[in-house]
Order: sequence, then structure tokens, then C-alpha cells
Amino acid sequence: MTDDTSSSDLLKTPLHDRHVALDGRMVPFAGYAMPVQYARGIIAEHKWTRENAGLFDVSHMGQAWLVGSDFAATAAALETLVPGDIAGLKPGAIRYTQFLTDEGGIIDDLMVTRPADPALDGRLFLIVNASRKDVDYAHMRARLPGTVTLEPIEDRALMALQGPKAEGVMARHCGAAVDLAFMAACDATLDGIPCHISRSGYTGEDGFEISVPADKAGAMWDTFLAASEVEPIGLGARDTLRLEAGLCLYGHDIDETTSPVEAALTWSIGKRRRAEGGFPGYERIRRELADGPSRRRVGVRPDGRAPAREGTEIAVGDATVGKITSGGFGPSVGGPVAMGYIETAHAAVDTEVVLTVRGRAEAARVAAMPFVPHRYKR
Amino acid sequence: MSMHFTKDHEWISVEGDVGTIGITDYAQEQLGDVVFVELPEVGKTVAIGEEAGVVESVKAASEIYAPVSGEVVEVNQALADEPAKVNEAPEGAGWFVKIKLSDTSQLDALMDADAYKAYVASVS
Repeated sequence: MTDDTSSSDLLKTPLHDRHVALDGRMVPFAGYAMPVQYARGIIAEHKWTRENAGLFDVSHMGQAWLVGSDFAATAAALETLVPGDIAGLKPGAIRYTQFLTDEGGIIDDLMVTRPADPALDGRLFLIVNASRKDVDYAHMRARLPGTVTLEPIEDRALMALQGPKAEGVMARHCGAAVDLAFMAACDATLDGIPCHISRSGYTGEDGFEISVPADKAGAMWDTFLAASEVEPIGLGARDTLRLEAGLCLYGHDIDETTSPVEAALTWSIGKRRRAEGGFPGYERIRRELADGPSRRRVGVRPDGRAPAREGTEIAVGDATVGKITSGGFGPSVGGPVAMGYIETAHAAVDTEVVLTVRGRAEAARVAAMPFVPHRYKR
Repeated sequence: MSMHFTKDHEWISVEGDVGTIGITDYAQEQLGDVVFVELPEVGKTVAIGEEAGVVESVKAASEIYAPVSGEVVEVNQALADEPAKVNEAPEGAGWFVKIKLSDTSQLDALMDADAYKAYVASVS
């Protein structure tokens, strides 16, 4: 049985009372009491998001400003920590990138936005994982030049509206947001509430993430939920949605031992950065780009119905060649889906592998990701 | 016919010396959406507290423990195609296995419906 006891020292998001009122099943997650699901359950919430619009509280994630004298200075400073092309960001554009160790392992993955507003020149808006924000902030403070400062944002909530009907809902409250393309952001007012809206998310669907003053978060949550297309969605469905979308979860699919190349995140390393380097772990990444990594993250589809969970060994013949890092049931796929690391020689799509699930050999094959096509607004 | 319950939230309903085993409504509620059920082979003998199957929800796998010792005489094959029956009718069509009891006196150590109800109230 699952343990749902939430201890009193857990942090609460500004939307905590809303979750409790909606009968959200609250569980400890990264130090916060968070809803893993509401009454309808994970499968119904997952399918609702794919077909309508799901509303997620992601206020536990870390929001912060990086502040320097001008855009070029702040971007250059951040580029000493990440392999993404930050200097090339246009106003209002978002980049997905990673903080790296000197050995090229991933400290965290993050979203970096260059504000569209010229008055905010010199600022970059960062969103990092809840479980890593303390590590990230300490890492940045230790490494950034004194001329660039980190300002964690503690007085804002963050929610995500995801799914094919998110745009229609947003259109009724904030026309400016609807004009955004995928991975773009703007400052806007939503029913009179000033907020920062980005066309992004972590479900594989079109949608928005809205950073809002904490004291206005409840009102905005209620506004979205009043729409017939919108249901509240917990962390359980967020996990199955991102797994079907082939997206990494920190601490599971990526960590300080995995490099972005191994993790199949090479697309997030800009061409200029690949050539010039100048970020931690460049030697490893340059080598892995040139020679290929010894292992890589792949999708895995069990032939049967038994889910393959994190930690399940992947074998070819008698040899163990990898391990599952995220796995479970994909509600839209209608069967088990997983991802994990496998030796590169066995990483080709359709390679037959064997998973050891509770001591039993289960046939599976390497599969292309995403398991469900992305439906981003290009 | 009598119905008995364990602290692990299994139930067993006994007719003669054959017991039908499943998980309780409280258990399915706690698990959430059931997506896979692994059942033992017919003919397998299990001891009290031994694994008599595995139920997997979206989030995690949980063992089902035999509330009594005996031999597995039937498994609910319908769960292979419709694991959600465990959520819909946990104490009916969503049963897991039938066991021929080796010692019916083992039932005496289990809870009756009222005792189980009180137990659930104390843990939830």
C-alpha cells in the first residue's frame, strides 16, 4: 500500500488549500505536500489532459532571476555553467538546457527565458527542478562572477495548463498568450493579474506555464477550473504524460552520472557551443559527440502487459546491457512503456531485449520515443 | 459462506474448504488505477503470508499475500485482459485466486467484516 501520510514539516504551495478542497491525495514530493491525484484517478486525469486541458500546480519548482548588467553579460555568465546556446536567445525565447558537473554529468535540467520586455535586459528567468533547487542555487552562487547575481523568486506560484483545449481556454482570458509559439514567453495580464506566460510544458501537449504572484494564484486557479474543458491534474498523471512524451525526469532518467549526449539531449547543445566549448564537462561531451557515447537513453516497449519499473535490468542474450530508469503504464498507449540506458551496440530501434521483472524474463524491444507524438504549437 | 480479512487488506471468502481471495475496496482505493495483475500457477502451494500474486497500479507494484495456506486451484484469468475489474468490483468480479485450504482453523486468526472496518478506520 502507498503511504499517504504527509508530515507537518512539508512545505505547502500557495494552492495547497485548493488541492485539499478538491480531495487531492497529498503526498510528500521534493519536500512539498503535493497532489498525486484527485478523485478521478491518474488514468482519467492523463486522458483528460491529452483530449481537453489539464491544470497542474507546479509551484514547487524553483523560479529565479539571474541578473547582470546587460543581456550579453548575463548570458555569457550562464554559458559558463550550461551547454545551451543562451547568447543566441531572442527576446521572449526559451531554451531547455542543463547545469553540468566538471565531468559532464547533469546537475539539473532547466528552462531559461530571455524576457521580451527591453526594460528587463540583463535578466534571465530560470525554472529549475524542486528537488534540485538548493543544489542549483549553491552551484550558481559558487561559480557565477560577482557581477551577476541570483535572485530566487519566493513570492510567485507556477501553474501549467496543458492539452489541446488549453489554447481555447487561454484565449478567453489572455489574447497575448495565444499568439505565442512553442518555447516563447511574454509578460501579460490575465483577467487583470500580471503574470509571466510561456508556451511550454512537460506533457508533450500544447500548453502554457503561468508564473503568477502567490496571492493571486488561487483566483487564477479557480478561473481556469471554472472552464468546462479544464480539470485539475496531479503529479501521477504528470509523470505518465511526460514518460509517454519521452521527456526525462531528474533523479531518474538523468543525474550526475549521465551526460546530455548519453541522455539523448544532444539537440539541446547549440552548434556554436559544440564547437567552442567553454562549459563544464566539455571534454567528455566533445568526445561523446565525436565517438558516440558508450550507452544511450532509449525507449523500451515490453511485448507483454507487465510494466517494467525503474531499476529493471535490460539484457540481450545472457548479458546485462542496461537498466530501466522510468517505466510504467502509459494510459494513452494502453500498455507498458519505459525508458532506460542501454549499451550503444544494442540501442537501435526494434532491437529485441529481455527485461527481468520480478525474476521473470519478459520480452521487450527498443522503441522510438516519444511513445505519443508531441503536439507542440510550432 | 464466511468472509475474512487481513491487515494487508486482502479478503477471503470460504465455501467448504475453498477460499476465494482478493483485495478490499479500501485497498483498491489506496492503490488507484490497477493496470496489471500477476497471478500464480494453478497447482502452486502457498503458505500463510507468502506471495500469491502481484497487483500493479499506475504508480507501483504491490504483493498480494496468501491469508491462509493451501493449493491454488483457480486463478481469475479475466484480470489479464481487464485488470480494472479490481477497481470496479474488488470484492466480486475482481477476485484473484481460489485456494484449497490446508487448515481451515487458520481462518480464526483473521478479522471479520466488523473488525476489519474498525481496523481500516484506525489506519486511515
